[in-house]
Amino acid sequence: MTRIGAMLAVGVSALLLVATSVLAEPAIIYDIGGKFDKSFNESAYTGAESWKAKTGSEYREIEIQSEAQREQAIRRLASGGSNPIVMTGFSFQSILSAVAPDFPDTKFTIIDSVVDQPNVRSVVFSEHEGSYLVGVIAGLTTKSNIVGFVGGMDVPLIRRFACGYVQGVKDVNADAQIIQQMTGNDPSAWNDPVKGSEITKSQIASGADIVYHAAGGTGVGVLQAAHDAGILGIGVDSNQNHLHPGSVLTSMIKRVSVAVEDAFSGGADAPAGVYVLGVAEDGVGYSMDEHNAPLISEEVMMAVEARRDAIIDGSLSVHNYTTDDSCPAS
Amino acid sequence: MNKVPKWVDVALIPLANLVLALLVSGLVVLWIGENPLKAMQIIVQGSLGSAYGLGYTLYYATNFVFTGLAVAVAFQARMFNIGGEGQALLGGVGVALVCLFINWPHWLLALPVAIAFGALFGAGWALIPAYLQARRGSHIVITTIMFNFIASALMVYLLVNQLKPAGQMSPESGPFVPGAHLPTAHEMLAWIGIGFPKSPPVNVTFIVALIACVLVWLLIWRTKLGYAIRAFGHNESAAQYAGISSFRIIMISMLISGGLAGLMAINSVMGEAERLLINSVQGAGFVGIAVALMGRSHPLGVLLAAILFGVLYQGGAELEFELPAVTREMIIVIQGLVILFTGALENMVRIPVENYFVRRGTGAR
Repeated sequence: MTRIGAMLAVGVSALLLVATSVLAEPAIIYDIGGKFDKSFNESAYTGAESWKAKTGSEYREIEIQSEAQREQAIRRLASGGSNPIVMTGFSFQSILSAVAPDFPDTKFTIIDSVVDQPNVRSVVFSEHEGSYLVGVIAGLTTKSNIVGFVGGMDVPLIRRFACGYVQGVKDVNADAQIIQQMTGNDPSAWNDPVKGSEITKSQIASGADIVYHAAGGTGVGVLQAAHDAGILGIGVDSNQNHLHPGSVLTSMIKRVSVAVEDAFSGGADAPAGVYVLGVAEDGVGYSMDEHNAPLISEEVMMAVEARRDAIIDGSLSVHNYTTDDSCPAS
Repeated sequence: MNKVPKWVDVALIPLANLVLALLVSGLVVLWIGENPLKAMQIIVQGSLGSAYGLGYTLYYATNFVFTGLAVAVAFQARMFNIGGEGQALLGGVGVALVCLFINWPHWLLALPVAIAFGALFGAGWALIPAYLQARRGSHIVITTIMFNFIASALMVYLLVNQLKPAGQMSPESGPFVPGAHLPTAHEMLAWIGIGFPKSPPVNVTFIVALIACVLVWLLIWRTKLGYAIRAFGHNESAAQYAGISSFRIIMISMLISGGLAGLMAINSVMGEAERLLINSVQGAGFVGIAVALMGRSHPLGVLLAAILFGVLYQGGAELEFELPAVTREMIIVIQGLVILFTGALENMVRIPVENYFVRRGTGAR
């Protein structure tokens, strides 16, 4: 039955293909973490699925297993006629720059990195701005004046998260101390909740009463440990407030799913270029819902909203770690 | 004494293991609702059926030959080197330093120096575990695997803080100098007028790997040192009694092992990526263990097993592409089954088959 359905769908899309001759099937390539990493790749997957649910169309996907497969996957999809092709993660940067010119008629989208080619759409997020805002909330909410940060792997992207967070905390609470730690040195650091929980416990033992994680699946352990110890955690990427209602102060939202959905909906005609999704574009931000409303006071709300507006109108600029590989605050 | 014929030991038993593994994998494929014969066909066709697929298969196989030889040499001295992962990462650092900072006029000059540095760095990473084993008796399995973690920490430090061009998001070094570009199969075959697709990353390192196989065979079976290594591996106290220094054998076999693992970087770092990536080894160090087990620690066996795993890697990628129901995890299950049957469950086939041949041998006499 499903097979017949699939054949019908293929038939219909083939007809559409003939009719419009521009409607190709989009495709997505997930980075080595895999699409169910509870974080970045999964957010991309959500976006692709949401596009599928809205349009009823199909898409192709590949989860790569080794570095050599990056190029293989891009070439296979491009020569197979997929268009546009979305890839998640900065690790595709150098390979896409080399491969994109070979397929001038295919539109590529890379998330989290910039590739300067006429047929590549680069989507980068201003994680430092979103992290700054949750840092402001943390800095104003902490009672012990010690807050923690747990990163996944020590890569420039995560240092950007950390740097924005530290700036936010320090701006509103100059005396606050920030404990920064990374989970590990290999990709398993993105999916190690046990270690995340241990690091969080050690930070709590050092006096931290709010811990922000940018560690993918590892963060599940961070939020759990924070909840168990009765302190507050801060989620990342998607809205994680509901994981432990009352124990998650807020979440730094990074709308990877929206970026993927946009790329898919834009189709092969979507304009190329660099798209920076910051607070102003609502690409990053902090989450508010019924789960964390009691945790954030009126004053904190006013303060963070004021800074949000300031970032949007340009009167406040948050330093981006990756522009010069250094952070003004620590 | 009745011995099983040699062809049973080197060919029949590994083949029987492989067939069993494929049968069970076929059941798994059937269970998720796909046709196992079709899956098998995609794997074989995708990895060996075209020049394109073959190019990728041989590229992966080249990696596994080096890590497999590394494990095999250490095995001969009964050293279980599971630090191939870290040693290959460090080999990458050595190769990258050579290819980043020296402006090579030609790859023929760059290659020997890169080989020397890759081997030197890989061997250097095996040095401390080897010394700890030889002098202090710290178990090599524990120390080498710990050194894998230290290696990945070192890679993060080097690539995030030292070698990464400023402002770049991805933690990887800048591109290597053009003179360090190794000719790919596409370029090499073009010299003699044979067409070969451009994208497969198989390169001149494959020939280096074949030479390495021959050299390892010569070393282990045709030199005094190789004899000492094998003697030590068979019986440590007898070897000592014969005047073989266990310290010397452990150190030398582990250094050769680490050096061979380090050479993998010639293929993956210098040949393919042409820049130092944070995770250039990607499990090949561990696949090397399975390759050495399956190849019975013999260079020819290692070569064949490496090609088999190359087929599984490349064919697996094609399978994932052709049959969306077969996910990445399924491919890992199939690869895992092959390792399970050829490594861990080897005696399941070996003992009955050997018994059968021994009994037949006695009956015939």
